[in-house]
Amino acid sequence: MKKIEAIIRRSKFDEVREALHDADIQWFSYWDITGTGKEREDIVVRGQFFESSYIQRRMLSIVVRDQNLDKTLKTIIDIAWSGELGDGKIFVSNTNESYRILNGQSGPESLY
Amino acid sequence: MRFIRKHSNQLINSIFNISTQNKNIPIMKKRFIASIILMIVSILPAAAQSIVIKEVPHIDFGNTAWIIVATALVMFMTIPGLALFYGGLVRRKNVLNILMQCFIIMAMISLEWVVVGYSMTFGTTTGFLAPYIGGFHWAFLNGIGINEISPYFVSQENARIPHLLFVLFQCMFAVITPALIIGAFAERINFKGFLAFSLLWSLFVYNPVAHWIWSSSGWLFKMGTLDFAGGIVVHINAGIAALITAVMLGKRKDYRGHAIPPHNIPFVVMGAAFLWFGWYGFNAGSALAADGLSVNAFLVMHIAAATAAITWVIIDLMVDKKPTLVGICTGAVAGLAAVTPAAGYINLSGAIVIGVVVSVVCFYMVAFVKERFGYDDSLDAFGVHGMGGIIGSVLTGVLATPLIQASYSGLLYGNVHQFNVQLIAVGITVVYSAVMTIIIFKLVEKTIGIRATRQEESVGLDETLHNEIAYTTID
Repeated sequence: MKKIEAIIRRSKFDEVREALHDADIQWFSYWDITGTGKEREDIVVRGQFFESSYIQRRMLSIVVRDQNLDKTLKTIIDIAWSGELGDGKIFVSNTNESYRILNGQSGPESLY
Repeated sequence: MRFIRKHSNQLINSIFNISTQNKNIPIMKKRFIASIILMIVSILPAAAQSIVIKEVPHIDFGNTAWIIVATALVMFMTIPGLALFYGGLVRRKNVLNILMQCFIIMAMISLEWVVVGYSMTFGTTTGFLAPYIGGFHWAFLNGIGINEISPYFVSQENARIPHLLFVLFQCMFAVITPALIIGAFAERINFKGFLAFSLLWSLFVYNPVAHWIWSSSGWLFKMGTLDFAGGIVVHINAGIAALITAVMLGKRKDYRGHAIPPHNIPFVVMGAAFLWFGWYGFNAGSALAADGLSVNAFLVMHIAAATAAITWVIIDLMVDKKPTLVGICTGAVAGLAAVTPAAGYINLSGAIVIGVVVSVVCFYMVAFVKERFGYDDSLDAFGVHGMGGIIGSVLTGVLATPLIQASYSGLLYGNVHQFNVQLIAVGITVVYSAVMTIIIFKLVEKTIGIRATRQEESVGLDETLHNEIAYTTID
């Protein structure tokens, strides 16, 4: 089992969501995140243009069976790509156990 | 509000009051007796020349009902109007601090107003100070009876409101003025320092300036300054104090020469909408009657705000190709601030001119001038209210038309004098407000301390000064 955490542009979220559903990933969680660092993004407030170091992105968190890992990664990378700096990052890590609360089922059967 | 106060009426009032002291006589009879006495008085040859009024000034129920509502509307401008407008513009760690400041100003200045404020502003005194400050004879509203008629009126000389209602209506103006300054020092002021500054500022800047311009013994009033609902007294006064405090208090520690994105734009929109709504009381109420002048003020104010809002959106579209909500709200508020001094003197075309001019100038101030000079006026209290007030007050001297109030006209109608008077009044208010704000600021800074610590500022004033947080994850 692998956990995929992907940081993507908010503008790409809808496309990525649909592509993941098409790839049989029926459910995942996501949240808005703010990153800050040396990178800058343009913002306008009351006619003042400036570059903000606070950058808004969206993070998806998906746990999948090992055999579905490549398919999921490929989907995200293909769809979330725009070719400019700031497209995001994907992190993959091992997940030791998983349970379905409804019936106590454990292991890969509880996943997609 | 250019109030008129005629001393020749006092004779009639006194007659009227004497006749009303007998409580057993119904009101209609009282009026009847009063008018009989009047008739007798007016038959006397000596009095006949000075008194030619057929009706006695009395409390008019219709006017009173409207001004009660208008007073409540103006109250609504400070909380929640201004509180939400400013609260939405700051970062989420400071929103409660802003709401708290607006709320406590409502409480504190209302008390100040009944204790000495009203007397200092509209009271009379003798001697050389009379044109500059009122006396203390109305302290604690001493001697103002519930049936006493207001000494001030605009066009309805006879159909007036109760004196106490005038006190209350003016109270709301005294409250909102220091509240406007909050926008300049948002996110970095110590609460105790803020309280002391606001109270002293109200006492020694608002009260005298309001006396100069609105009291019948004020020197700028006698010079002929036109300020219908507070463009000079409220907006220029507060706007200049905002600029001075923003400069003296220094920048926020993470200020980088540009605005910080608002944390809750729906708050900003609600606040601006409540301000617009409450402003009907502010301007239309300043006629102190429910008459044609009041409706004209309502109309020109509404149209000026609408024009300014649209103008700002057009500028937004030209500069960035996208219309912003913060932009349209800022434009509307700028238009409202600018039309305030003019509402009782201009007609529809004047309102449209003011709306266009104020948005162009305020946009320039906010987007370019502020950045150029680098002062940290956090929420543009000076750029919007101060500049709006200055433009409106000067344009009043240009656009005032005798069609609205026959005795007042501006530059466009050949009255150069009025234009000069407006410039002088604006200049004097700017200088006085600036100098007094510097003195009061220094005083508070040396005694109580006015700047929040770096730690308080970076954690957020909500948590450090009030021990409360606006947005929690608690169910």
